[in-house]
Amino acid sequence: MFVPLLVFRNAFRHKLRTTLTIVGIIVAITAFGMLRTIVDAWYAGANASSSARLVTRSSVSLVFSLPLNYAQKIRQVPGITSVGWANWFGGVYITERNFFAQFAISPSYLEMYPEFVLSDAERKAFAADRVGAIAGRKLADKFGWKVGDQIPIRGTIYPGTWTFTLRGIYEGAEEGTDTSTFFFHFDYLNESIKRQFPRRGDQAGVFIEQLRDPDEAAAVSQAIDTTFRNSLAETLTETEKAFQLGFVAMSEAILLAIQAVSYVVIVIIMAVMANTMAMTARERYGEYATFKALGFSNGFVAMLIFAESLGIAILGGVLGIAFTFPMAEAFASTVGSILSGFQVSEETVAMQFAAAVVIGVVAAAVPAWNAARVRIVDGLRAIG
Amino acid sequence: MSSPAERDTAGHAPAALPPDSEALVSIRDLSKYYVRGDQIIPVLVDIDLDVNAGDFVALMGPSGSGKSTLLNLIAGIDKPSSGHIHVAGVDIARLSDADLALWRAANVGFIFQFYNLMPVLTAFGNVELPLQLTSLSRSERRERVDTALALVGLTDRATHLPNELSGGQQQRVAIARALITDPTLIVADEPTGDLDRTTAGEILGMLERLNDELGKTIIMVTHDPKAAEKAHRLIHLEKGVLVD
Amino acid sequence: MAVPINYIARNLLTRRLTTALTAGGMALVVYVFATVLMLAAGLEQTLVATGQDDNVVVIRRSSQTEVQSGIPRLQAGIVESLPQVAVGENGQPLVSKEPVVLINLPKRATGKPANVVIRGVTAVGLTLRPQVKLVEGRMFQPGTAEVVAGRSIADGFQGAGLGETLRFASRDWTVVGVFDAGHTGFDSEIWGDAEQMLQAFRRTGFSSMLFRLNDPDQFDDVKAAIESDPRLTLEVKREKRFYAEQSEALSKFISYLGTAISIIFSIGAVIGAAITMYASVASRTGEIGTLRALGFSRGAILAAFLGEALLLGLLGGIVGLIGASAMQALSISTTNFQTFAEIAFSFTLTPRIVVVSLIFAVAMGFVGGFLPAARAARMKIVDALRAA
Repeated sequence: MFVPLLVFRNAFRHKLRTTLTIVGIIVAITAFGMLRTIVDAWYAGANASSSARLVTRSSVSLVFSLPLNYAQKIRQVPGITSVGWANWFGGVYITERNFFAQFAISPSYLEMYPEFVLSDAERKAFAADRVGAIAGRKLADKFGWKVGDQIPIRGTIYPGTWTFTLRGIYEGAEEGTDTSTFFFHFDYLNESIKRQFPRRGDQAGVFIEQLRDPDEAAAVSQAIDTTFRNSLAETLTETEKAFQLGFVAMSEAILLAIQAVSYVVIVIIMAVMANTMAMTARERYGEYATFKALGFSNGFVAMLIFAESLGIAILGGVLGIAFTFPMAEAFASTVGSILSGFQVSEETVAMQFAAAVVIGVVAAAVPAWNAARVRIVDGLRAIG
Repeated sequence: MSSPAERDTAGHAPAALPPDSEALVSIRDLSKYYVRGDQIIPVLVDIDLDVNAGDFVALMGPSGSGKSTLLNLIAGIDKPSSGHIHVAGVDIARLSDADLALWRAANVGFIFQFYNLMPVLTAFGNVELPLQLTSLSRSERRERVDTALALVGLTDRATHLPNELSGGQQQRVAIARALITDPTLIVADEPTGDLDRTTAGEILGMLERLNDELGKTIIMVTHDPKAAEKAHRLIHLEKGVLVD
Repeated sequence: MAVPINYIARNLLTRRLTTALTAGGMALVVYVFATVLMLAAGLEQTLVATGQDDNVVVIRRSSQTEVQSGIPRLQAGIVESLPQVAVGENGQPLVSKEPVVLINLPKRATGKPANVVIRGVTAVGLTLRPQVKLVEGRMFQPGTAEVVAGRSIADGFQGAGLGETLRFASRDWTVVGVFDAGHTGFDSEIWGDAEQMLQAFRRTGFSSMLFRLNDPDQFDDVKAAIESDPRLTLEVKREKRFYAEQSEALSKFISYLGTAISIIFSIGAVIGAAITMYASVASRTGEIGTLRALGFSRGAILAAFLGEALLLGLLGGIVGLIGASAMQALSISTTNFQTFAEIAFSFTLTPRIVVVSLIFAVAMGFVGGFLPAARAARMKIVDALRAA
């Protein structure tokens, strides 16, 4: 059909105008995709976490620790196959800007995370070295660490400079697995603390439990918390996923703002494109009138405008989508340790495409309507 | 701006009046006026006119005489406020917009003062345009376009865009386009208005041949006395009324 | 001779839809830009304003926040007796030793929990913070399970309003008053009796100390004295500096993210302006030729079209600012990831933001309009008149 040819040639009649419009759409669609991906990444940690593991913490606040001897009682709760514990270390590696998560963990903890993949040799080396540590691949790559390196970390919660020997670098079993964390032995931390501040010893930040059956999560959580009700430190147990989502919820306001803003960029470019189509259509009233004089219908003229608008918008959209991927890569390499799981999802791509279509349709709506309705004699007057 | 009378005649489609003459174009009591606020501005008043098949008619008159409006009404690109226009037995004043479009495609060939070619289509593509509304196959269309272009002597310019053609050449493409569907009528609004003396002469000669050799009925609006000379019949309008 | 300004302005009016759409796009960008700046300013205002010039905060070394810090009673006593510490009318040192903890409370709007700061204060603590005023109810009675809540907490969290009851640390606490801390960080806290808090959370030591200096210039002396004392593992900061630092990360994050977003958006708006201006130039080729023929210089033409673009930008900027200033009615409550606690702040429109936003808007018009205006200026008179 000659329509595609006509539409294509018309679209590139004003090469500069069309190119500028396409560039604008590319920028908008890419920005839209990036912002959505940032929000996704924020939730990614939560989504990657397990529903087969539980997290037990102080019901008062995460900031408070629990007595270490709770481990035995928890182990006895039916439905639990294993218990581990971890303390947030919160230290500083060289400068505050090099932020990454550090945990002091029990040996059982590592066993409960099969998604952290280590060679047997590394596992053994770590277990054998009291001051040993393991780090995730992304983290190790960021600082150029190799197995055997000495890693000094300045404690904030636990004062002093602590030096660890890197005994292994773990990979993630899946795409979404976080590999930006640093782990070392709980016992090392505990013994050192007990020497300086005896009363701060034998305290666990959180307990992690492995469920025999994920469907029992609610019941088992309840059971654990009941065990410690009315005791010195009451507990709150939830699935790991719920725990992570709790963190995300705290930044909810910011996330909502980012999501809102991502739609604003679409609106901005819609205004730009609507302007472009309006100007373009107005300039061609003579041609539209000629088409109608020759016998083409009002609908035909409207269709020409919609087709041109959609064509430009979708072209810009597809290019924008393509461009989002390398941009996301670049972004991930800079903020990877703070925000992991930075991947452009299928849903985002679909939304980007939909946005491009919406832009094309909305931008053409009024101009197409007007052009369809222009009277032949009025339109012809526009020529000459 | 449609008047109540206009809406009445064009919208309700009462029983169509049969033509009372053998003429190709038969106009009776044709009027057209615009309403601006509470003022009624007449453009054409009670026109009665017959044009026979094979006629070459020139509509002439001073600016504002209504000649272009009359042409537009005959060509079916405007609707009258009242009256009848029969073209080949069809009262086009009664047709709906959609039907009128179809009617035009089959029955009218247009030649405009400023050629009105699509800038993004080649000469070939422009001439082919009216055929896109038919169900002809690609090769059938090609055949006809080639014939039409040959007729106006532009076979070697078929692949050129309008901006690569001179004014005269563009007008010849327009003529080829006007012929392509073998229409009942050819309607020309100041066809030589944008051309120099020589080229105007060429175009007029071509129109003359279309009328003489192909028997095409041509209704032309013009200022140009030289163009008027080529016509067989001169019709004068002044202030919306026929004068002799 | 310059092209008259009403020629420029009238051109914008003639093509109303185009002007509206182009200026509208720029208005949206300015709206986002100004809103983000207002957010950062609001945050800064909240945390910087928190604190007096002559107050000093003492926490455990390397703790960064009060919640992470712990000061044994012994060390607190040593600090209290320092000569630089001001003494009150009753002869007692103006020192407030405070336990600070985080508890989890559900928000009223969403029901989702967030961390809220609980601070145990004494009468001295209240004196040291004159910017805090009770606006509803009364102050809590020492020795009881009564608390007072900061305005944002009372409004935003379940159970924290006047007369309501909160449950934490295995006890019920009644909210007997609401205080207003003048849009500072304390608005996001709940205060109760220090001794009661120590008992409830089973603390033996304090989280932080706040004291007034005899003389504000003595800060360096007292800092040196404390930090060099081998018996003490403490760190000293001016109160204002201390709170300002706590918002640095969040504030920077908001500023960077917001500015980056605005710049990206501005590309879209600038493109819109460029398209509009190119079309404007193209449709007025005849006019340009005529103006040049009449004697207007190339510079005048450049200025005229550039002026039109700048005017578009200014229009967009004003509309965008009006929209942004409406945001001042809202307030945001989110978790400050440095302190891990909830912080409430609102949008603050400062004169500086108004100026910067308008400059940004006009700059967008300039960048978008420059090349088209240059094209108009470079036209040869004869070409322009012929094309007309």
